[in-house]
Amino acid sequence: MSTIIRLEKICRDFQVGEETVHALRDVDQEIATGEYASIMGPSGSGKSTLLNVLGLLDTPTSGKYWLDGRDVSGLGDDDLATTRQQVIGFVFQSFHLVPRMTALENVELPMVLAGMAPALRRERARDMLHRTGLADRMGHRPDQLSGGQRQRVAIARSMVMQPKVLLADEPTGNLDTHSGRDVLELLEALNREGLTLIVVTHDPKIGQRSHLRLRMMDGEISSERNPSAEPAASHFPGTGRAPA
Amino acid sequence: MRLPDLLAMAFNAIVRYPLRSSMLLVAIAIGVSAVLVLTSLGEGARLYVSGQFSSLGAQLLIIVPGKTEVGGMGGIAGSISGAVRPLTTADLMAVQRSPNIKSVTALVPGIGTVNYRGVERNIGVLGTSSHMQALFDYEIESGRFLPELDLDDASPIGVIGHTIATELFRNTDPVGQWARIGDRRFRVIGVMAEAGQAGGINVDEAVFVPAGLAMQMFNRDSVPRAMVEATGLDEFERAKKDITQIIMARHGGHDDITIVDPGAILVTFNRIFLVLTSVLAGIAAISLTVAGTLIMNVMLVAVSQRTQEIGLFKALGARRHQIVGLFLTEAAMLSALGAVVGYFVGQGAIELLRELYPIVEFRAPVWAAIAALVMAVGSGLLFGIMPARRAARLDPVQALAGH
Repeated sequence: MSTIIRLEKICRDFQVGEETVHALRDVDQEIATGEYASIMGPSGSGKSTLLNVLGLLDTPTSGKYWLDGRDVSGLGDDDLATTRQQVIGFVFQSFHLVPRMTALENVELPMVLAGMAPALRRERARDMLHRTGLADRMGHRPDQLSGGQRQRVAIARSMVMQPKVLLADEPTGNLDTHSGRDVLELLEALNREGLTLIVVTHDPKIGQRSHLRLRMMDGEISSERNPSAEPAASHFPGTGRAPA
Repeated sequence: MRLPDLLAMAFNAIVRYPLRSSMLLVAIAIGVSAVLVLTSLGEGARLYVSGQFSSLGAQLLIIVPGKTEVGGMGGIAGSISGAVRPLTTADLMAVQRSPNIKSVTALVPGIGTVNYRGVERNIGVLGTSSHMQALFDYEIESGRFLPELDLDDASPIGVIGHTIATELFRNTDPVGQWARIGDRRFRVIGVMAEAGQAGGINVDEAVFVPAGLAMQMFNRDSVPRAMVEATGLDEFERAKKDITQIIMARHGGHDDITIVDPGAILVTFNRIFLVLTSVLAGIAAISLTVAGTLIMNVMLVAVSQRTQEIGLFKALGARRHQIVGLFLTEAAMLSALGAVVGYFVGQGAIELLRELYPIVEFRAPVWAAIAALVMAVGSGLLFGIMPARRAARLDPVQALAGH
């Protein structure tokens, strides 16, 4: 099966005063296409930095990063932006919806930035809001929506550009149990359709449900396959063998 | 990103932050309207003065006895050197014989008391000739203006101003009536139409009489001032030379007159007022610069208010130039809106000035209006660059976290 993400000796150092903090130390990791991975670990262990590096929001100090078969380690600002636009979707803990735009406009935003024609993007945004169960909330602004609804708008927004990888940073962190479960089920449904899903979480239950568990500790990564979870590639008959 | 989307997004941000936007709008509007109002003051003054002068016509020269040390502008007021021979009607009649000269009009002003059947009134008397009417576009209400007479003709006739006609003659038709100025009788041959100030005199309260008559009235044997009309623009310079030569020949070789060219004075006045107007525009432009720095501050606040949003845009694939474009568009759009508002406020203020002082034609010159609009949008862009670039350079991770 194909590899969507390959990290090779990724380091990310931060200068805090005179001290150098090693947020990532020689991280080697591969993530397969269609994988459902969770990243867990205590605060300050480097899991957010890892997610930022994976999302091309942050550039590693050293190491190589292949995304979708392409070395993205040395890309400039604008190339990184283009790659983000085409390959990656983001879901944030605090939703990050633009408060002065309606749900529909928020979902359209990535397509507006990409310069897509209004008719096409409106149709796609509507479809995506239908899929996330917000057909009757399209004209609402974020402050008129519940937390769960906001996160579903954010998910719809992250999906309209048809990314290959969805990076979710504590997607249920600001939600109550009930809407948290809804959001997680929505993300998992997208994963079952072939989307590579990577979730940073504190919630051990999410960790349990993921297929690949990545654990960060002092900037170092360890991974284990979830024995109880079904194999990630099982929905893709013909893409090769199931991961070991 | 498509242009309509860019504009819509900037407009959306402007509308959704009404306090911030209206503050900027007001600042820029004040700047733009200040430019318009101040330049309209300068331009109004210029038009007023040049209007007074241009009624004199382009082919006109004024002869004043006495030679001044400096020519041009300071000529009239300048000090007079040497002995001055008076300018006589005989001198003027000699000048009139030059082929380059169409007409010579003696101007003999004075103050007198006009009396009609015991009703008196102090008025201005102007001894002049038939040419005056054409030169100043005087309109006649009834009767006629002075006929063509010799320069020394002292026929007892006069044309009276509109106010004199109504106040002294009341219901009688003045034309054909005899009245007195001082102890001299004259027959009213015409009444001027209401005209107000024209050619430097209050026509409504003046009596026009032949120059010769005025000289007798005021016991003068010389002419204080004369207007000479050249036959055409081409003969203008030759006419000037002729006047000098003729007078010199008659005054024993002394060049003791001053020839004033109102056209040249007008040019000088125009230049002075243009400078004045630009100075006023410059002062007003300072307020636009102040508005510009306000734009910068407000946009910087906008950038820090929307740091997370910028981070989000970057995460969603916005390139640097797009972020710069968004904030610049917003700044430019705000300043353009402010400029339009300021334009109409300024025009309204100018309209009000016109109502208050109808004698002056206040009008902002077109260049000032264009310059104000261009400057407003320009300063919006210029002072928007720094905040926009700051936004574009934000680190997406930091920005998303709201730092």
